[in-house]
Amino acid sequence: MKTKVIKVDYLARVEGEGALYVKIKGDQVMDVRLKIFEPPRFFEAFLRGRNFAEAPDITARICGICPIAYQMSAVHAMEDAFGIKVEGPIRALRRLIYCGEWIESHALHVYLLHAPDFLGYEDAIQMARDHPDIVQRGLQLKKVGNEIVRLLGGREIHPINVRVGGFYRVPTKRELIPLMEQLHWAREAALETVRWAAALPFPEFERDYEFVALRHPTEYPFNEGRLVSNKGLDIAVSEYDDHFVEEHVSYSNALHSTIKNRGPYFVGPLARYNLNFDRLSPLVRELACDVGLHPPCTNPFKSIIVRSLEILYACDEALRLIAEYEMPDKPAVEIQPRAATGYGCTEAPRGILYHRYRLGDDGTILDAKIVPPTSQNQKMIESDLWHFLPSRLDMPHDQLVWHCEQAVRNYDPCISCATHFIKLHIERE
Amino acid sequence: MVRKRRPKLAVWKFASCDGCQLTLLDCEDELLRLAGQVQISYFPEASRAIVRGPYDLSLVEGSITTPHDAERIHQVRRASKVLITIGACATAGGIQALRNFKDVREFLSIVYATPEYIQTLNKSTPIADHVFVDFELRGCPINKHQLIEVISAFLHGRKPNTPPHSVCMECKRRDIVCVMVAHGTPCLGPVTHAGCGAICPAYHRGCYGCFGPKETPNTNSLSARWSHLGVKEQDIVRAFRSFNAYAEPFRKEGEAHDRA
Ligand code: SF4
Ligand code: SF4
Repeated sequence: MKTKVIKVDYLARVEGEGALYVKIKGDQVMDVRLKIFEPPRFFEAFLRGRNFAEAPDITARICGICPIAYQMSAVHAMEDAFGIKVEGPIRALRRLIYCGEWIESHALHVYLLHAPDFLGYEDAIQMARDHPDIVQRGLQLKKVGNEIVRLLGGREIHPINVRVGGFYRVPTKRELIPLMEQLHWAREAALETVRWAAALPFPEFERDYEFVALRHPTEYPFNEGRLVSNKGLDIAVSEYDDHFVEEHVSYSNALHSTIKNRGPYFVGPLARYNLNFDRLSPLVRELACDVGLHPPCTNPFKSIIVRSLEILYACDEALRLIAEYEMPDKPAVEIQPRAATGYGCTEAPRGILYHRYRLGDDGTILDAKIVPPTSQNQKMIESDLWHFLPSRLDMPHDQLVWHCEQAVRNYDPCISCATHFIKLHIERE
Repeated sequence: MVRKRRPKLAVWKFASCDGCQLTLLDCEDELLRLAGQVQISYFPEASRAIVRGPYDLSLVEGSITTPHDAERIHQVRRASKVLITIGACATAGGIQALRNFKDVREFLSIVYATPEYIQTLNKSTPIADHVFVDFELRGCPINKHQLIEVISAFLHGRKPNTPPHSVCMECKRRDIVCVMVAHGTPCLGPVTHAGCGAICPAYHRGCYGCFGPKETPNTNSLSARWSHLGVKEQDIVRAFRSFNAYAEPFRKEGEAHDRA
């Protein structure tokens, strides 16, 4: 029987360094390995002995694409440990800065990383030769997201203004107003993005996934909520470690995460959308149904439409937050460190990001655990390929390779995130 | 001078967070124009296309932390006419250089269930420890405007204009009130390389040194000032041990207080 091997030595248009290896014998898939060879960076190890206040700045450096996600999970975990709840305008500003990151990261993925796959270009720059207006629209959308992050955070990558308890400096209402004009443009651009994305050619592929996302009583989730799934999971964030396990496999520098006794699960925009459709604004829901995306959507390739819908949601939410904003008296609430364990989980653009810290009484970090979205999706990515390949084995080799890459990019995997490493306990046979 | 062909640009990654190379994609207004002036020949974060080397300009992000990368950087150097390192990881070993102060085997077993699967070096080192580097751009992350300046300086065959003075100078220039003098907030600005535009003081916090040491920094005198403000020895050590912990002046100052 003929053996074919699909090898992608360096996965392009993802964050960080990964490779793909697929072995096929006749019409059977024999092996699928998403290899992550990004070198480990040991964040959990050197967080030990640092002060709690340093966690937002340090963990941001795990990933340059979603630093806000790291900062938000870290501050919420610390506040959980110290028994503090941040409300009012500071809470609103945290939602606002997260809107900025979603817009920026989703626009990057939709236009620069994922769209070229659907249209047959190797990158967005080649795509721009034939579709300059579309690429420009993507870049300008991304810029609006970045403007929000820069204004609230000081700069786009690794913002300096986020701290446990709030911010170092909060903006005046007047500073925020100019963003509104840009956001009005952006929401129009996002509307066009949704229609444009929905018209892309999608491979036929549906699966029965277990989706996991945060769920908040009233809002589309960013920073808070319970962890829920479409297969019965409904837990507080502090119960995460009782339900999820990480496993270290020989060929990857990133741990594989699964739900105990159940297996792989799916986090990210598609999971959020399917589990929180009723928390979207009426306009976004209407548009979604208009373009034929009534939930549940179980085709991972269509995550590009969901990302576009989330850009639109984030624009509207940002506009609402700015309109309602009133500058608080103080940029942050007082912190009183104490010995405790704190848990935080927020919705990074690519899915849930879990942090847990054990702290000493002076606020020194004794132990840290961080589970980024890509670790959680890794096994599902491999599992998608197992299912995706068999019916497509007669495709020309190059095309098949490209399709496999595209299936990986559905998840917007961030490999730098996945390899910072997690403290884990596993049973070995 | 008329160029016959567009110079080839390559972007390489070693141990890093991808933030510095993302800065290139964050140049939303300049990206397409830039792509018209250079041929983006190797940039996996943005493209699956690969044009063969040699490359006229290589931007290198990240530090060397594995035996394989210690080899790979030599190949990158051989394939590059000009090699510029971008960011604190590439110029000082980055945050991952915190391992350099510890026993990495202990780290491995904290982090991995099966450490034997992992190949890693004891130290995280900057690119210039391994190969000749034509120019180093500081920052964690680098500044967008400085990146554009460095690339266009290269395209025009001139020296990049990235002054080596301290963050303090940027505060003075922007008329930002000194957070240390006015509020007694500990700040690393006096010893930190300019380039960020003094963002932290502008947001009412002290600089934490993400651009690394300036030229000839008097770290000793700054530490004395911090002690005067009531900062404890161990807190001074941690202040110097962050994103540029392995840059020599910061490393030495950290060690001086670690001993105390
Ligand atoms: S220097 Fe900072 S921003 Fe740049 S790659 Fe390293 S960690 Fe990321
Ligand atoms: S003020 Fe210091 S820590 Fe803040 S961004 Fe500038 S160099 Fe980095």
